[in-house]
Amino acid sequence: MMRTELLLPEMLLAGGALVVLLGGSFTPRHRQWILRAVAATVCVTVIIAAAVTLSAPANTAFAGSYAVDTGTGVARILAAAGCLLVLALAGDELAGEARESDAYALLLFATAGAVLLAGATDLLALVVGFLLASIPLYALIGLAGTGAGAEAVLKTYLLGALFGILLLLGVTLLSGITGATAYAELAARLPAAPRVVVTAAAVAVIGGLMFKAGGFPAHFWVPDAAQGGTAMAATFLTTVPKIGALLAVHRLAGVLPGTSNWPAVVATLAVASMLLGNLAAYWQTDVRRLLGWSTVSQVGYLLVPVVATGRSDLAQPSLLVYLAGYTVTNVAAFAVTAALPRHRDRTSWRGVAAAAPWLAAALVVALLGLVGTPPTAIFVGKLTAASAAWDGGYAVLAVVVFGNSALSLFYYLRWLVPLYQPWALAPPDRPGRWSTTVAVVAAALSLVGGVAAGLVWRAAGG
Amino acid sequence: MLTVIVFLPLLVAVLLAVVPGCGDTAARRVWVGAATVELALVGVVWAGYETPPPGQLAFAERAAWIPGVGSSYHLGVDGLSLPLMAMTSVVFLACAVYALRERHRPRVQASLFLFLQSVCLGVFAAADLILFFVFFDLSIVGMYAVIAGWGHGDRARSALTFFLYTFLGSLALLTGFIGLYAAADPHTFDMPTLTAENPLAGRPLAGGVVLAAILIGLAVKTPTVPFHTWLPPAHTDAPAVGSAVLAGVLLKLGTYGFVRIAAPMLPQAWRGWAWVIVAVGVVSVLYGALVALAQTNLKRMIAYTSINHMGYVVLAVGAAGLVSVDTVEPRAVAVTGAVTQMVSHGLITSALFLLAGVLYERAGSYDLHAYGGLAAPAPVFAAFLAVGAFASLGLPAFSGFIAEFQVFAGSIATAPVTAVALLGILVTAALFLRAGQALLTGPTVGSAKGFGDLRATELWSVGPLLALSLIIGVLPRPLLDLIEPAARTVVDLLGR
Repeated sequence: MMRTELLLPEMLLAGGALVVLLGGSFTPRHRQWILRAVAATVCVTVIIAAAVTLSAPANTAFAGSYAVDTGTGVARILAAAGCLLVLALAGDELAGEARESDAYALLLFATAGAVLLAGATDLLALVVGFLLASIPLYALIGLAGTGAGAEAVLKTYLLGALFGILLLLGVTLLSGITGATAYAELAARLPAAPRVVVTAAAVAVIGGLMFKAGGFPAHFWVPDAAQGGTAMAATFLTTVPKIGALLAVHRLAGVLPGTSNWPAVVATLAVASMLLGNLAAYWQTDVRRLLGWSTVSQVGYLLVPVVATGRSDLAQPSLLVYLAGYTVTNVAAFAVTAALPRHRDRTSWRGVAAAAPWLAAALVVALLGLVGTPPTAIFVGKLTAASAAWDGGYAVLAVVVFGNSALSLFYYLRWLVPLYQPWALAPPDRPGRWSTTVAVVAAALSLVGGVAAGLVWRAAGG
Repeated sequence: MLTVIVFLPLLVAVLLAVVPGCGDTAARRVWVGAATVELALVGVVWAGYETPPPGQLAFAERAAWIPGVGSSYHLGVDGLSLPLMAMTSVVFLACAVYALRERHRPRVQASLFLFLQSVCLGVFAAADLILFFVFFDLSIVGMYAVIAGWGHGDRARSALTFFLYTFLGSLALLTGFIGLYAAADPHTFDMPTLTAENPLAGRPLAGGVVLAAILIGLAVKTPTVPFHTWLPPAHTDAPAVGSAVLAGVLLKLGTYGFVRIAAPMLPQAWRGWAWVIVAVGVVSVLYGALVALAQTNLKRMIAYTSINHMGYVVLAVGAAGLVSVDTVEPRAVAVTGAVTQMVSHGLITSALFLLAGVLYERAGSYDLHAYGGLAAPAPVFAAFLAVGAFASLGLPAFSGFIAEFQVFAGSIATAPVTAVALLGILVTAALFLRAGQALLTGPTVGSAKGFGDLRATELWSVGPLLALSLIIGVLPRPLLDLIEPAARTVVDLLGR
């Protein structure tokens, strides 16, 4: 049975993207804001539609190839909310630009891809989601039109192609040894399959998904794209695709048999992402690049609850809560950089607190939030993720998570300290209005999400 | 009631920060007003306090927070936390009065200190590990801002060292908390439940690891040797009110954790490690005293005596874990002494740091040799400093004596070898007398010339702190009546 009404949010996103794309061709350049409003309306509608069906019992669509459950529901809300915030952010940067409406259409397409990725319970649906989430990203990064942007696109594209092939290889192996692509059948047949092949396939599929998540070993494009792309693209590609990719890994992990050593694989990727992201962020002076590396380390933390999949009841809710906290906090941090696009070197942020106190406060909340300082939402995410790992027999991962949090504090503080020093040569620029609003709203959401963690947790199915 | 006490300062802090028309003078007064109301509210709680049965808390409030992970909004007080809450309110009020003359961004300062007061009271009132941690961690952020924003000297570096070091400690603490959570069945972060359940009983290895994580976290905050290295620079470069709060209140968050969390929740592991804890306490006492003796910077000297004084607390709680049948009484005395010492040290050290702040404000130096004969131009200052020094070295009739006497009476009766820590008192006496001599006596030379005596705000901030120390020293009963039943409970829990 088709049950198309189950997929209303996905259809809205894809349909909305088409409307914006076509509508953009018929709208004069100074009226393109209309399409931004259309895209924003689509996102709001998706959030409402997803929220309404969140409490409905879990269901599947398209003959079991797509799950409509709490995970998908939360992913829809988060992806659409992330997209909405990015659309608002674009008000400063893109208003009146030549490719304005195209950018909005690409954002909606990529959001639809991320949601598909999150809900896919069939290997082929997974591949479709991967491609739909990837291809608009290349174009989004390229919108910057600068040399650095072009380099970032090329790097992203090549890595995307490479890891896409890796993903397809894993999918081929899995369907080859089981004769099935649906997760339900995989779960039944994989325990009997050869262990080595299953492990190899798991490494390939999870490795391929790491490209979308921006985690080790497919992370190289993230800092470049964060630095070279537009602020809007940087915010989007470090936030929304991760939601889809991490839920996809989580769903796949639920299918793989324990004998295939997938927890060790995921744990290794988690530790490597955390360490590499944090150590590399140390040396960055460009704040956008610093945040880019910081998102790599965040993927490491986000993979920790995935390791506990199937071993702890906390695994899925803690992943979703962490994703919720990460979405708003990361958007807040990037929005601050979007508000002052010419302030790229962290030393040039001197005096910002005096000139723009709200913006500085938002950055303090966002960066301390990324460290995991209470009472922000990421604190609850980190706490429950570490609890899930400990509960699932990986106590060491909990220690690694907190050790890395302490490591990361150093480079975040190096950016925060200049804010409160008096400026040296010239006062800072006037911050963009839209970006400042987004930063403050997102930072406030991060605080509210932490204080009202009980509600978030319940929404995440805990 | 407790919710009001904990969140009222935060509310005022937010209002001060966001209401645009609030002037500097108004902000200073609002701060003093809020701190006075806080003290009055804590007084009301103290007046209405009746010792709860063991394992329960008075004025308890509980609401669901994150039920999915067994964490609730749970507040309550008992004989361990109420004296510390009272001390915290007193110290913050003294700081508010002292800062009435602050010229550097007083509105933000008032807001920040009110925030700090909220989180410090929150730590003492929390009856849930996550709630405890939230407040514990925020105290670090607040203090970092105080040192970095209002300090002097190499403040950025000192503040960063403080932040990184204590943040690392707090993460070790959180790891330990998760260990307790994972061991409890059903999983919970609730402190009374965990205390009653004793989740890691019979699992010495896991218990030892979890205790080690918690102890490291608390030892960094306290601080004990060898985790003390952040403290001297932080104190040297912090503003006077910052130092008073840091030494008076924030250090107690660590020692409070020993008696509230580590010992009652992990009694078996605590007993196993008791000798190590005693040794760390003794080393802290002696090392802190000896290094303080070598200082010529007054503030650094007081900072090292804090390590010495916190050493007595660690020694006492360690001795409380040396369980044998006939030592229940002395061990209870030791724990009572430890809690009394926390209160006493909070009052006296805050007073001393505020006096050191007066010194710096007048002449820009903490160097003992830059002054001489201060008693002539500034008799009140000299008298207060002398009283503070005597109180700090444990002279009878001051609170320090009551505390240290009990610590030693309890510890030595339990383990006679701990008498070696008595040397610490001797060295402290020597160093305070020497410092007093260098600063106050002799002909008036150097920066002491033209030194203005205490102003009203300084008098009325330092004076009450010293007066309270004196009152506790002369009439200790009301305080001890509060602490003793709770100390007895801790010892009983340790005996499980």
